[in-house]
Amino acid sequence: MTNLTILILFPLITAIAVLFCRNSAQIRWTALAGSAIQLILASLLMHSYYAERAAGNVSQMLFESRTSWYSALNIEYYIGVDGISVIMIMMTAFVVLSGILISWKIESLTKEFFFLLLLLSVGAYGFFISLDLFTMFFFLEVAVIPKFLLIAIWGSGKKEYSAMKLALMLMGGSALVLVGLLVTYFKTDIGNGVHTFDLIKISHQHIPLETQKLIFPFLFVGFGVFTALFPFHTWVPDGHSSAPTAASMFLAGISMKLGGYGCLRVATYLMPEGAQYYSSVIVLLATIAIIYGAFATLMQKDLKYINAYSSVSHCGFILLGIGMLTKTAIIGAVLQMVSHGVMTALFFGAIGMIYDRTHTREVEKLGGLLKTIPFVASVYIIAGLCSLGLPGFSGFVSEMTIFMGAWQRPDAFHRIATILACASIVVTAVYILRAAGKAVMGPITNSQYNELTDATWTEKSASVLLTFAVLSIGLAPFWLIDLITPDTQLIMENLARGVLGN
Amino acid sequence: MLIIFFLLFLKVWDGITENKKILQIANVLLLVNFVLGFILNANGELFNGMFHTTNLINFEKIILNFGTLIISLQAYDWLKNHKHVIEFYILLLTTLLGMFFMLSSGNFLMFYLGLELASIPLAALVNFDLEKIKSSEAAVKMILSSAFASCIMLFGISMLYGTTGTLTFVELPHLITGGSLQVLSLIFVFTGFAFKLSAVPFHLWTADVYEGSPVAVTSYLSVISKAAMVFVFISILNPLFENMQLMWYNMLFLTIVLTITIGNLFAIRQQNIKRFLAFSSISQVGFILLGISSNSTMGVTASIYFLIVYIFSNLGAFSVIAIVSNETGKENINDYKGFYKTNKFLGWVMALSLFSLAGVPPTAGFFGKMFLVTAGASKGNYILIIIAALNMVVSLYYYLRIVKAMFVDENKDPIAKVTGSTSVQIAIIICMAGVILTGFASVLYDYINSLM
Repeated sequence: MTNLTILILFPLITAIAVLFCRNSAQIRWTALAGSAIQLILASLLMHSYYAERAAGNVSQMLFESRTSWYSALNIEYYIGVDGISVIMIMMTAFVVLSGILISWKIESLTKEFFFLLLLLSVGAYGFFISLDLFTMFFFLEVAVIPKFLLIAIWGSGKKEYSAMKLALMLMGGSALVLVGLLVTYFKTDIGNGVHTFDLIKISHQHIPLETQKLIFPFLFVGFGVFTALFPFHTWVPDGHSSAPTAASMFLAGISMKLGGYGCLRVATYLMPEGAQYYSSVIVLLATIAIIYGAFATLMQKDLKYINAYSSVSHCGFILLGIGMLTKTAIIGAVLQMVSHGVMTALFFGAIGMIYDRTHTREVEKLGGLLKTIPFVASVYIIAGLCSLGLPGFSGFVSEMTIFMGAWQRPDAFHRIATILACASIVVTAVYILRAAGKAVMGPITNSQYNELTDATWTEKSASVLLTFAVLSIGLAPFWLIDLITPDTQLIMENLARGVLGN
Repeated sequence: MLIIFFLLFLKVWDGITENKKILQIANVLLLVNFVLGFILNANGELFNGMFHTTNLINFEKIILNFGTLIISLQAYDWLKNHKHVIEFYILLLTTLLGMFFMLSSGNFLMFYLGLELASIPLAALVNFDLEKIKSSEAAVKMILSSAFASCIMLFGISMLYGTTGTLTFVELPHLITGGSLQVLSLIFVFTGFAFKLSAVPFHLWTADVYEGSPVAVTSYLSVISKAAMVFVFISILNPLFENMQLMWYNMLFLTIVLTITIGNLFAIRQQNIKRFLAFSSISQVGFILLGISSNSTMGVTASIYFLIVYIFSNLGAFSVIAIVSNETGKENINDYKGFYKTNKFLGWVMALSLFSLAGVPPTAGFFGKMFLVTAGASKGNYILIIIAALNMVVSLYYYLRIVKAMFVDENKDPIAKVTGSTSVQIAIIICMAGVILTGFASVLYDYINSLM
C-alpha cells in the first residue's frame, strides 16, 4: 500500500463504472462496493503507515511519489502523507461509505447522483494527499461543482439560492487562495530563479516577513471560507439545510475539513510568522464564530439548521485551536476536524432518516420518535451527545484538548477567549438537549408517526459505521494522538523558527 | 502555405455537384490541410522578409486550421440546405488565408494586407443568412466598425513610418524610441487591435454581430479570428514596442481590468445565448491579455495554450447551440430550461464546455486560466490578479446560471430531443476529448514552450 495514487484512481474508476451501469440497483451496488474497498484501502494505508513509523522511518512524509507535470512551470504531481493526512483520509473513507449507504433510496437521476458523490470524494482524497500546492488547489476546486449540482438538483427548500451561494462563496474562497498561492510561488526561489509549488521545499524557504503579512490573510481567509470562518460562514446554514442528506454529510463531514486542513497545512505551516502576526485576529474570529454559532442555533426550529449552525460553532473550535498556536491546541484542532467530520455526518444522517419518514424537520411538529422508530432516534441522540461533548465520545476528546492547549497561552486576551469558548458548551448542551427532548422523546405528537418503519439495513450499517468511528476516537484517542504528534511537532518547529517566535 | 490556394481552386473546380458531397469533400480537404500543416513546415523567408515562417507561427497556423475544421464539421447541418455552400467556403478560406498572411508577415504592409483580407470577407459571412434582417444589420455594423478600426490602425502605422522611415519588423524596434509621435502611433495601433479583439471600451460591435450572424460564423468570429488576432498581437506588441514597455503595460493593465469586469457584468444580463457567449468571450479576451501583459515566455505560452483550450470549449458550446438552433430555431437562455431532461448527452457537453470556460477543474479551462493568471502575477502586480481572480467568481455565476437552467429548472415546453448529424457529433466528441484531456496532458504546454 505504498502507491497513493490508487486512492484517487480507485474512486474515479468507481465513478466511471457507475456511468456504465444499467439500472439503479447496479449503480448502488457498484458505488457501495467501490467505497467499501476504498475504506479497506484507507485502513491498509493507515496500517502500513503505522508499520513504517514503528520501523523507525522518521521522514516527514511517507510514501512520497513525484512526477513532473508541467515542467516549464515546475509544477509536479507530488503526493505523500503524514499522520494528519492519513487520519483525514480515514475519516473521508468512513463518511463516503456511510453517505452512499444513506442515499440508497435516491430514485431520480441515480446515476448522476452517485457519480457526483464519488467525484466529490476524489477531490477530497486528492486534496489530502497532495504536497504540491498546484495539485492541491486543483483538487480543492474539483470538489466545488459537484456540490453545486448535488444541492441544486436533489436538494430541498430554496435549493437553487443555496447552491449558488455555496458555489460562489467557495469559489471566492478559492480565488483568495489562488492569489495567495501565486504570490507565494513567485517569492520562492530554488536556484536560478526557478519557482516552486512544492510544499516541503517552500517550508524550508524563508519567505520575507512583509510577504507573509500580506499573503497570510489571503490563504487563511480563503481556506477559512471553506471551514465557515466568521463572517464568511453564511453559506453553511443555507447549503447544509438545502442539500440532500448525503450531500450534507459530505459537505459538513469532508468539505469543511478541506478548509481546516488547508489553514493548517498551507497557511500556518508555510507562513509561520504571518500566523503569529495574525493569531489574535484568528482567535477573535474563531471565538465569535463559536459564540455566535451557538446562540444562533438556539433560535433554530429546523433540525438541519440546528446542526448547520452548530457546525459553524464546532468549526470555530478548529480555527481556535489553530489560532492558539500551541502544540496541544493544534493537536486538538486536528482531532476536532476528524471528530466533527464523523459526528456531523452521523448527525445529518440521522436527520435525513427522520425527514425521510416524517417529511418534516420542524422540531415543533416532531415528537415521540423514540417510541416508533427507536433505532433512528437513538442515532440522533448519540450524535447529539457527541456534539455536546459528552465524555466517551469523540467531541469531548477534541474539545478538551483544544481547551487545554488554549489555556497554555497565559495572557488575558487568550484566557478570555478560552473561557468564552468553554462557556459555549453550556449553550450547546441547551440546544441539543432541547431538540432531542422535543423531537425524539416525549409523547407521540402525530398519530401518523405510529406507522413509521425503523431504519433499513443500509441506514443501520451507515449509522453503526459512523458510531463506531465516533466511539473509537472517544474511547481510545491515544492512537490518533500518537499518529499526529510528530507532524504537529514539525509545524511547531517551523513556527518557532519565525522571528516573531514566542 | 500554398495548400490554401490549392484548396480554394478545388472549391471552385468541383462546384457543380450537390451540397452534401461538397461538404464532405470540403471537410476531408480541411483535414488534409490540417495534417499537412504538421508535415510541410518549412521555415524560411519569402519576398525579402515580407513573409516568414517559424515553428511557432506554423504551430499557430495549425491551431487555426484545426479550429476551422471543427467549425466546418459543425456547420454541416446548417449548410446542407443552403444555396451558397461554395461561396461560404471561399469566403471562409479567404479569411483564413488573410490570417496566415498576418501571422507570417514581416512588414506592416503585409500585415495590413492580411488584416483586410481577413476582415472584409468576414462581413460577407456574417450576412450569410441572406433573408434575415438581423444578419444584414450585423454585417453592416461589422464592416463599419472594422473599417474604422483598420483606419485607426493604418493612421498609427503611417505615423510609425513617418518617424522611422521603415515598416519592416526587423528594423523597427531599434528606431522606436518613444518620441511623442510614436506614443500616438502606439496608442492607435493598440486601439486598432483592441477593436479587433473586442476589448473594452472597443467592444460594442461584438454582441450585435454575434447575435445576428449564423452560429457557424459566430463561432468562427469568436474563436478563430480572435485567436489569429491574439497571435499577431503577441508578435507585434512587445517585439516592436520594446522600448515603450512601461507605457503599453499601463494601457494593457487598464484594458484588462475594464475588459474582464465589463464583459462579465454585461454577460450576467443577457438572455440570448449567442449574445451571452459574446460577452463572456470578451471577458475571456481580457484573461488572454492578462497573460500577454506578463511579457514573458510564460505569458506567451499560457496565452497560446489557453487559446487551444478556448477553441475546444467554446466550439463545444457552439456545437450544441448550432444543433439546437438549426433544429428548433431556439436561441434564448430560457429555452434551455429543462434541456438536460430531454438531451442528456448534449446537456453534459454544454455543461462541460461552460465549466471549462469558467475555469473549473477537472476541465482544461482550469489549467488555461491558471496559467494565464500565473503569468499575469509574474510581474508582481497583485491588484491585477486579485481583480482577475474575483472576476473568475463572477463569471462562474453566469455560467452556473445556464447549467442551472439546463439541469434544474422546470419547463413545460422543453427543447425536444435533438441529435445533429454525424459530422457535428464528431466535432463534439473531438471538443469534449480536448476539454477533458488537454489539461492532464502537459505535453502540449511543454511543446508550445519549446517553440519559443
